[in-house]
Amino acid sequence: MLNLLAEAGPQNPLIPDTSELIIGLLCFLIVFGVLGKKLLPNIQKTLEERHDAIEGGLERAASAQAEANRTLEEYKAQLAEARHEAARITEHAREQGSAIIAEMREEGQRQREAIVAAGHAQIEADRRQVTTVLRQDVGRIATELAGRVVGESLEDNARQSRIVDRFLDELDAKAVETQGAAK
Amino acid sequence: MSAHKMLAEVGCHIQANCGFPAPGLNSFNFKPIFSVGSFGFTKPMLLAIICMVIVVGFFWAAFGKPKLVPGKIQLIGEIGYGFIARGIARDVIGKKGDKFVPFLTSIFFFVWLMNIMSIIPLAQFPVASRYAYPVALALLVWITYMYLTFKTHGFKGGVKNLVWLDGLPSYMVPLIVFLEFLQNVILRPFTLSVRLWANMFAGHMLIVMFSVASWYLLTPSIMSAFAGGSFVMAVGMTAFEVLIQFLQAYIFTLLASIYISGALEEGH
Repeated sequence: MLNLLAEAGPQNPLIPDTSELIIGLLCFLIVFGVLGKKLLPNIQKTLEERHDAIEGGLERAASAQAEANRTLEEYKAQLAEARHEAARITEHAREQGSAIIAEMREEGQRQREAIVAAGHAQIEADRRQVTTVLRQDVGRIATELAGRVVGESLEDNARQSRIVDRFLDELDAKAVETQGAAK
Repeated sequence: MSAHKMLAEVGCHIQANCGFPAPGLNSFNFKPIFSVGSFGFTKPMLLAIICMVIVVGFFWAAFGKPKLVPGKIQLIGEIGYGFIARGIARDVIGKKGDKFVPFLTSIFFFVWLMNIMSIIPLAQFPVASRYAYPVALALLVWITYMYLTFKTHGFKGGVKNLVWLDGLPSYMVPLIVFLEFLQNVILRPFTLSVRLWANMFAGHMLIVMFSVASWYLLTPSIMSAFAGGSFVMAVGMTAFEVLIQFLQAYIFTLLASIYISGALEEGH
């Protein structure tokens, strides 16, 4: 093909000049060598680093966000739990308080009743003692009086108490009669 | 110094009984600036070397010490690099194209700068309008895709990749094999280089034509109006050339990547 072209004339522009071909190749290969071996790998590395930096930054931001959210959730959960706990304690205290109050009231009631009962018992005991003493005294005085009146010694205990009882019964009967008459 | 300039400078005008010094192939042939034996160092060679220095210099300034936050030059370089890496290599070849980004980037910027020399004052000559320069590049592209074809598919598969089409009726096979061989192995580097060369050649020819004409017609007469018209055309063609220079560099690179892609593909 080049021979055909060559026949077209000495100035045929489609015949590449050998020295220009070599110069052209050399120039291009130098460009290719420097760009391909050093400069373009340089920029490729930088572009990847930049990509990493941007992507990495985004990822870091996202993870920080997630961390913050997680912490917030934790705090919220803890807060809720604390509130719940507080409410539970309050409720418990309230229940306990009312139970204590009820118990105390019951205890007070019981003590009051005990005191009242003890009072009654004391009064009854006193009354009995007084009655007994009174009865003995009245018996003795009456006996003495009757002895003096009848001149008869009533030293004998059995007889004495029989007489006293009869006497007292008579007195009681009299009293009842007197009360009945008063009515 | 080309012939038409010499004619123009001696004051050849239309009414000076002087024929129009039409630009022709002489506009593309230069006397050597200096000679060493049979080797003559011409202006296009000087321009090619200057282009090389500028491309390497620019990318050295841009990517010599690249920073994460780019400066102005680095940013411009990154735009250019991204244009080839994403706009051509990734789009045409795909992920496998990443390996060829340096090759394609070198082709694009070297060719583009050689073309731009067409409109740079004092240079004013598209280096690629000397056929040897496109041939040098097309030759490298040819070697690259032929090498890749046989490396990827082995010898038998490589030959098949270059000449074979599936699903042909048997009587068509010889013709298609012949045509495919012609197209893929012989004509591709030829069309690739001629396309660039012819565009630059024609563009330069047009600019020279209108420039010479406007000088030739510039006389104290009605002809100066035509001189003005020619000048406007020269300026217009120069502006148009800016577009063509970029486009041809882009097409050259794009076709190179398409050939590489074809060599790497499984089926053909």
